[in-house]
Amino acid sequence: MTDLIHSTTSAKRTERSATASMTYAIFLAAGLAFLVIAPAFFYPIFLMKLLCFALFACAFNLLLGYTGLLSFGHATFFGGAAYFTAHAVKEWGLTPELGILLGVAGAVVLGLVMGFVAIRRQGIYFAMITLALSQMFYFFCLQAEFTRGEDGIQSVPRGHLFGLIDLSQPTNMYYFVLAVFVIGLLIIWRFINSPFGMILKSIRENEARATSLGYSVARYKLGAFVMSAALAGLAGGVKALVFQFATLTDVTWQMSGEVILMTLLGGIGTLIGPIFGAGLVVTLQNYLATSDFPVTIITGVVFMVCVLLFRRGIIGEFYASRLGRKLGFEHRR
Amino acid sequence: MAVSATLTDNEPRVVLSARGLSKNFGAFAAVKNVDLDVRHQRVHALIGPNGAGKTTVFNLLTKFLQPTAGSITLLGADITRTPPDKVARMGLVRSFQISAVFPHLSVLDNVRVALQRPNNLSTQFWLPMSSLNRLNARADELIEAVGLKRERNALAADLSYGRKRVLEIATTLALDPKVLLLDEPMAGMGQEDIGTVSSIIREVAKERAVLMVEHNLSVVADICHHVTVLQRGEILAEGDYAAVSQDERVRLAYMGTEEA
Repeated sequence: MTDLIHSTTSAKRTERSATASMTYAIFLAAGLAFLVIAPAFFYPIFLMKLLCFALFACAFNLLLGYTGLLSFGHATFFGGAAYFTAHAVKEWGLTPELGILLGVAGAVVLGLVMGFVAIRRQGIYFAMITLALSQMFYFFCLQAEFTRGEDGIQSVPRGHLFGLIDLSQPTNMYYFVLAVFVIGLLIIWRFINSPFGMILKSIRENEARATSLGYSVARYKLGAFVMSAALAGLAGGVKALVFQFATLTDVTWQMSGEVILMTLLGGIGTLIGPIFGAGLVVTLQNYLATSDFPVTIITGVVFMVCVLLFRRGIIGEFYASRLGRKLGFEHRR
Repeated sequence: MAVSATLTDNEPRVVLSARGLSKNFGAFAAVKNVDLDVRHQRVHALIGPNGAGKTTVFNLLTKFLQPTAGSITLLGADITRTPPDKVARMGLVRSFQISAVFPHLSVLDNVRVALQRPNNLSTQFWLPMSSLNRLNARADELIEAVGLKRERNALAADLSYGRKRVLEIATTLALDPKVLLLDEPMAGMGQEDIGTVSSIIREVAKERAVLMVEHNLSVVADICHHVTVLQRGEILAEGDYAAVSQDERVRLAYMGTEEA
């Protein structure tokens, strides 16, 4: 009898996940279509900023949501890559795609170093070590020659993509950023839906069991950490080209906090949640930037409301809601 | 019923051995000077009252805990300072007292997680999930062997307690370990599952060594060749079940207080 119940629940599960992937596909197509025509309605710089932060938040979520590690130092990879890309493009005259790749490579190196030191610590200790290391990197950026201290690296040329496409044209730049964003998301999607992602999930569910099956847990966590750092670096490198500068703002601990806020707001452990979280935060910042009221107070209040009322975040709550379940979603946490 | 008590002169080789194994937690000595020899093709039981240190011995042997003193040898190699994941890769695989499954993975995926590493499918972050399908044949074999065929696609979290234990055994066997350490594999199981698991253990012990902690003494009498009795972290008695169960001290310490 219990067997019967099990087989029906599992049949329902397969059916539900089939509906979910259908609705997912429709949402993604709609979202992509919106982003393709968006420049007709919104200021391109705003959209590009949004996409950069959305990718940054998704990269962060790869670590928090899918590996269960709370890093308080992700600004290092975002801002660090911004500096590397800006320097490479402006001083060495590299093409934008090479500059971004160099930024990503720099983020990977930083991620390896920070991950190597922090990965064996758990919970709050992990968060504190990443925070401490990212503060060290902040002071390095403040003092180092190539970052130009308080001024930052200014007037970075956007250049020609592959030496062909002029990125100083806002439309070209927008579609370039959109393409990077989509590629970044695809990488994350593949990563979490891969054999490696399966091991990460099993480690998150039962670390001792994963160890007893012969998995060197620390190495898998380090792998996820470096991948997250690389994608955060991708977002940072692109951002440096969008705004044509790289400054200290992007390596501060506030930036590390902001990406946590975006991810929690949108819903940790959901692929698209952080995009909405980033969208909300960036939009708030944008519209409140001109008012006298300090933005941080508003985002702080939004964060408190989120923690008190919808802990799963916007998308997480939607998945868990009646409508979400009807559409076949399951909140996997 | 009981496995023959007469041991031949040609005892199979020792695959896992501990000498002078001790573990202190602060001033408390949880395990004191334990010597243990686990042999190939033998089912070895570790019994004793609650708090005797059985699970601590397991944690020491699998290196989840670092012993305070003593040495451990696995298949001729000294593993006293080897990390737990490496010990597992060397062929010593354990189960846990509190059932250790991956709750939000399906039964099939639980087994596939175990099969991934030996099949070099655990670090591939660029491959789709469907690449794991090549493990299905072996996974289904194991699932069927423990009688979980109908629950194949159910979430592990939805299984009953006894079925979770059975799944854990299937996952452990997936690694084809040389030495199997089972921490109370029958705890919380119904009679039917106990029968299944007993015959599985007997079957797997034909080609490997099994060390198990078990409270169900009829199971111990039924399938174990060798019994070690622990009390307050020390070995109280050793031998086959018939000899151990006749030992006065054992009767006093353990069997007199617990229904067999």
